Amino acid sequence: MSDSTSTVSTAPSANTFLPVVPEWRRMMNRFLGHRGLLMGSIILGLIVVLAILAPWLAPHDPYLQNISQRMIPPVWHEKGSWEHIFGTDKLGRDYLSRLLYGARISLTIGLSAALISGLIGTTLGVLAGYFGGRVDAVISYIITTRLAMPVVLVALAMSALVGGSLQMVIILLGLLLWDRFAVVARSTTQQLRDAEFIASAKVLGASTTYILVRELLPNILSALIVVMTLEMAHAILLEATLSFLGLGVQPPMPSWGLMISEGKAYMFFKTWVIAIPGIALMVLVLAINLVGDGLRDMNAPEGRN
Amino acid sequence: MSEYALELSNLSRHFYLKNGAFKEPTLLKAVDGISLRIRPGETLGLVGESGCGKSTLAKMILGLLEPTNGDVLINDKARGSSSRLSMSRQLQPIFQDPYSSLNPRKTIEQIIRLPLQLHKIGDAKSQQKAVKDISDLVGLPERLLKNYPGQLSGGQRQRVAIARALILKPSILVCDEPTSALDVSVQAQILNLLMDLKKELGLTYLFISHNLGVVEHLVDRVAVMYRGKIVEQGTREQIFQNAQHPYTQALLSSVLTPEPALGLPEVLDSSTWDKAS
Ligand SMILES: Nc1ncnc2c1ncn2[C@@H]1O[C@H](COP(=O)(O)OP(=O)(O)O)[C@@H](O)[C@H]1O
Ligand SMILES: [Mg+2]
Repeated sequence: MSDSTSTVSTAPSANTFLPVVPEWRRMMNRFLGHRGLLMGSIILGLIVVLAILAPWLAPHDPYLQNISQRMIPPVWHEKGSWEHIFGTDKLGRDYLSRLLYGARISLTIGLSAALISGLIGTTLGVLAGYFGGRVDAVISYIITTRLAMPVVLVALAMSALVGGSLQMVIILLGLLLWDRFAVVARSTTQQLRDAEFIASAKVLGASTTYILVRELLPNILSALIVVMTLEMAHAILLEATLSFLGLGVQPPMPSWGLMISEGKAYMFFKTWVIAIPGIALMVLVLAINLVGDGLRDMNAPEGRN
Repeated sequence: MSEYALELSNLSRHFYLKNGAFKEPTLLKAVDGISLRIRPGETLGLVGESGCGKSTLAKMILGLLEPTNGDVLINDKARGSSSRLSMSRQLQPIFQDPYSSLNPRKTIEQIIRLPLQLHKIGDAKSQQKAVKDISDLVGLPERLLKNYPGQLSGGQRQRVAIARALILKPSILVCDEPTSALDVSVQAQILNLLMDLKKELGLTYLFISHNLGVVEHLVDRVAVMYRGKIVEQGTREQIFQNAQHPYTQALLSSVLTPEPALGLPEVLDSSTWDKAS
């Protein structure tokens, strides 16, 4: 150690030959190398495209009732027809059309609720993690209180109280599902708040807002996106649960949970009325979870470099 | 010109260490009444073993930590008397760990440019030019500017940190162990760079290290720190050739031992010094 300075050499900075692979190339390779992520993204992408294009893809009006066409079985049944590929429901509405429009509802609710809860949870978690001390004590108390509440029960009670609708479900779930965001944001912020790049920004006179939003947030975003996928799936399932119980999205909207609920009287003899929306729900939630798991793996430190 | 670039008077910082919920916290005097003066253009080496309070002292000078007691004067003005923005134009840090001192999500150019943006100096074009000029000065190849810190070596990262510290043209640098996280071969390059910059820009350095050997060729004066206090200070010659304090002598002999791994000899018992002094 001591002779490191006595043999001071004026070597030029020749240590500049690290292989410089573009960041997006590395990400792309890892993305393609992760089978679950690839599959999840393809399925999820497909569902999103179908939902967006629903008005053009749906063969019928999802709200159009036709009493003479009630409970037509899907095309693979002997009595099925190509007119209604997935059959019709008890009011004679085209099931495929309702399924496509239902995807819009599920995705809208999942995304909006996750965004609202993400905003709440991230704000609370970052503030608690960054400031520590009393701020942390108060926010941790709020998080604990929230964790002590059974989500489904509270959601049921609240929606019974204020009445169900699409907006209500979004707001309700948004206000309930922020706990994981807060916990993750808090712990990742705690790990970073003493990092020297934060100290450097402080010395430079950057405002606290700048430090939190521009220096810290980009570094915890990947962890938050993983939580976001989990909470999206969570919100979609909860919406289906609420709608199934009649406390969520109200008829005649084509929510998948509502479709299952409306079909439950027929489930022993006409299995497809609940199988079709049930499988759709399962595939969507599975795809989102695959994406979430994959993103988490891609951000894992052992996968770095 | 101010008489002292940096003046610390009776600076202290205490921590209360918690011992579980039911025990009294213990008091730790991490920095305990330190007074130091550095003239403009001078390099002061602050040396002491790990945990003796060097970084705590640096944080108070940088305004990252409130002193329990005492004052920090920068160019004869109290640290608290003007804003962070104006203080940061006079004094900049270089931290120990170049892996945590650069935001992994920003490009090198964004990192070096940030001080200019925060201080609203110049337009986009002149800022970009300033970034290129300063990168030249610290020996950072221009093609690395579009890269992220993760793609750079430790030495390159430390050059980025130096460029960021210098772009506001401060007169004082506080270097807290700027080379101890680097490979030995790279350490020498960075130390040389810091010395060249000092000559070229007439900088004042507070150079912190746990290793007397590192500071020997760089500093004008040395202050030796032990358990939060300065136990001895003097010119480089005084310290390296005629150290008075047993702790300084111990530090020196550990530097001079043929086996660096032996570390500090176990003659350290501050109670005997306290009685002696
Ligand atoms: N925020 C803090 N809370 C409690 N103790 C601290 C804190 N920061 C530093 N210390 C303690 O103060 C002492 C000096 O630390 P530091 O200044 O980092 O030493 P050095 O840089 O010389 O290695 C150490 O014992 C350390 O544990
Ligand atoms: Mg230190």
